[in-house]
Amino acid sequence: MESLDVVIDNVSKRFGSRTVLDGASLSIAAHETVVVIGPSGSGKSTLLRAINGLTSFDSGEIRVGPHVLQPNSHRSNGHAAGEVRRLVGMVFQDFQLFPHLTALGNVTEAPRHVLGLSRAEARRRGMALLERVGLADRADAYPRELSGGQKQRVAIARAMAMQPRGLLCDEITSALDPELKGEVLAVLEDLKREGMTLLVVTHEIAFARRAADRVVVLDEGKVIEEGPPAEVLDRPRTERTRRFLSQVLV
Amino acid sequence: MSTGTAHGRFSHDASSRTISNVLACTWLWGLFIGTIALGESTGQEALRWAADAEGGAPYIFKDPKNPAVHVGFEVDLARELEKELGRRIEFRQYDFRSLVSGLQRGDFDFAMNGLEITADRAKVLRFSRPYYLYKLQLVARAGEKRFETLDQCKDAGGVVGTLEDTAAERLLDKLGVAKKVYDSQVEPYVDLELGRIDAVLLDLPIAVYYAKPNPKLRFVGQPLASGYYAIGFRKDQEELASKFDAALARLADRGVLKKIYEKWQIWNDEQAALFANGENTDVRLQSRQGWSWLDCFRLLLQGAAVTVQLSVVSMGVAIALGLPIAVCRLYGFWPLRLAAAAYVEFFRGIPVLLLLYFLYYGLPTVSESHGWGDWLKLSPFAAAVLGFGLNYAAYEAEIYRAGIGSIPPGQWEAAASLGMSPWLTFRRIVFPQAIRVILPPMTNDFIALFKDTSLVSVIAVVELTKQYQMLAKSSMRYLEIGLATAALYLVMSAPLGYLSRCLEKRWGKGLS
Repeated sequence: MESLDVVIDNVSKRFGSRTVLDGASLSIAAHETVVVIGPSGSGKSTLLRAINGLTSFDSGEIRVGPHVLQPNSHRSNGHAAGEVRRLVGMVFQDFQLFPHLTALGNVTEAPRHVLGLSRAEARRRGMALLERVGLADRADAYPRELSGGQKQRVAIARAMAMQPRGLLCDEITSALDPELKGEVLAVLEDLKREGMTLLVVTHEIAFARRAADRVVVLDEGKVIEEGPPAEVLDRPRTERTRRFLSQVLV
Repeated sequence: MSTGTAHGRFSHDASSRTISNVLACTWLWGLFIGTIALGESTGQEALRWAADAEGGAPYIFKDPKNPAVHVGFEVDLARELEKELGRRIEFRQYDFRSLVSGLQRGDFDFAMNGLEITADRAKVLRFSRPYYLYKLQLVARAGEKRFETLDQCKDAGGVVGTLEDTAAERLLDKLGVAKKVYDSQVEPYVDLELGRIDAVLLDLPIAVYYAKPNPKLRFVGQPLASGYYAIGFRKDQEELASKFDAALARLADRGVLKKIYEKWQIWNDEQAALFANGENTDVRLQSRQGWSWLDCFRLLLQGAAVTVQLSVVSMGVAIALGLPIAVCRLYGFWPLRLAAAAYVEFFRGIPVLLLLYFLYYGLPTVSESHGWGDWLKLSPFAAAVLGFGLNYAAYEAEIYRAGIGSIPPGQWEAAASLGMSPWLTFRRIVFPQAIRVILPPMTNDFIALFKDTSLVSVIAVVELTKQYQMLAKSSMRYLEIGLATAALYLVMSAPLGYLSRCLEKRWGKGLS
């Protein structure tokens, strides 16, 4: 699999009078797993959505592999955003599975109609992916018949079906009961082992400690601290990070 | 009255309650006096006279110079009868086709509206002595060369317009002439002028008023088969009816009737003969052919077929047109959005009836006055489909909009993150989910449209309800035929609901 790196350079974004991203800069190397933590409202989700072209930004630049997203140009980024989305997939906090399609249907929909795969080929690949997330036996179930953890695993398989080189995960375990988080995080760790570039927004400190190559702390739209998990999580340099960690770890 | 003295007795600082009490007493007293005065002047309640003033010249119609006033030879006649009888006569607007049943219900005291004496009506009504002898006049376009009589018109394959439930309609039936039946007497002449029909057969007074002044139309042949207009009463109103008989006789003797008819240009020598003989004897009774349930049901089925065709095609137009309107309104560039919103507000805000009139009668006159040719001269079916289609498209657009809007934005984002284009997302992800939300209200609309199609009788399309009205009126079997008609409507609409539920189930498998 070809490698993929992401560079976020001094990106700012305002919603009306509220500054969501305030000159955020961050690089993610190919095959790296970066975990982003920070208090709610610190701009974590917006950062992820900006990388995938789902939201525009006011200044700065985002480069994903060879493709560059420009500020303030949702429309002219159409092509670049399309290219970026072929390289990086996205998984959402609230799953956003297509409720009218089965688990397999969810996974095969985009390969069939975007990549133009034949029904049989899409099905073969889809089943392989469901197998990998441990849901081959639930292929014909509709999303409402699945548990939260199963839904999120289908969502990951759906994103992987487009064969991206990176995956953006936006608090993908926040809506899950504690006993279901593990099965989803295990899938992520599996992807990491395969060399997938991962940018994971999460509150799961244990996961960060276990799987992250690097932890980034975002606060008020700025990156205030970054480094190996042992450093950032155990010996935070800033007071803000310390305070945040003490709240999360309680 | 007492107002002045009452006020004088109280000083200015008297409580307002006392003053208002006094005022109330004064008002009540005035009312009391007024009631007595009214009772003295008339002695009895006013007689209620029912007629249909809609397009009703020269019988009774709204004065073109002052629409607040009704004029017509029957209005003049009513005024003379008022004097003769010493009782006030009050006009009540009533649908012509319902005059007989309205009279039987007791909604009014008598019907005087060019009501022909027929065998069917004579069975249920007490007719006064006739007050006018009418003939039927065939009218064609000025340039008509194919025929000079009704028989020739029939041989030429001509279609003759006429009014529903009249002697003229029955004559056409009897002679087997192709007919087209209208609700009101203006429209047949309009359609004749527009070339939608070949001739119009109606009572002479109507032809005199509507067709004679029109240079594009001409009278064809001599007036045909005659009959009598008389005032209709219930059988149990013998006393009142005989008073009217006497009053009419006096008006005829004194030449008052002649004067009225001359004023309206409908006097002819035959009228003199009518009054000379004085008695209501030589009445020519015309009746429909024998009654058969089989014929009745066959006609109802024909009507039902028209209803189905109309509603299916109209709903097809509405569903097809509604989607692009909704999409423009949801996602269009602002001028498109505005245009779509304007469309919805406009067509939702005007009655279909108005739209039908405009499309059928209005458009051709517009195109004629601008020299645009014939292409705007829609057939009744096309006008109906277009009218309902345009109107219901506004409703369907809103249903689509609500349905599509109910799909969370996260679905769009998830699809976008998979590289799906907006159009692909709409087609494969959003619309299939929205269908579930859209289907039930759309089915409701379809069933509503089903029944709304009964409005098309105004542009001379005979569908189920119209067929019912005609059959029920000619046979007086309102209940039996009504039940049969209702059963037909149910048989047609019930499967729709079932079909809708099946589709909902099929398309909504994954949706709760």
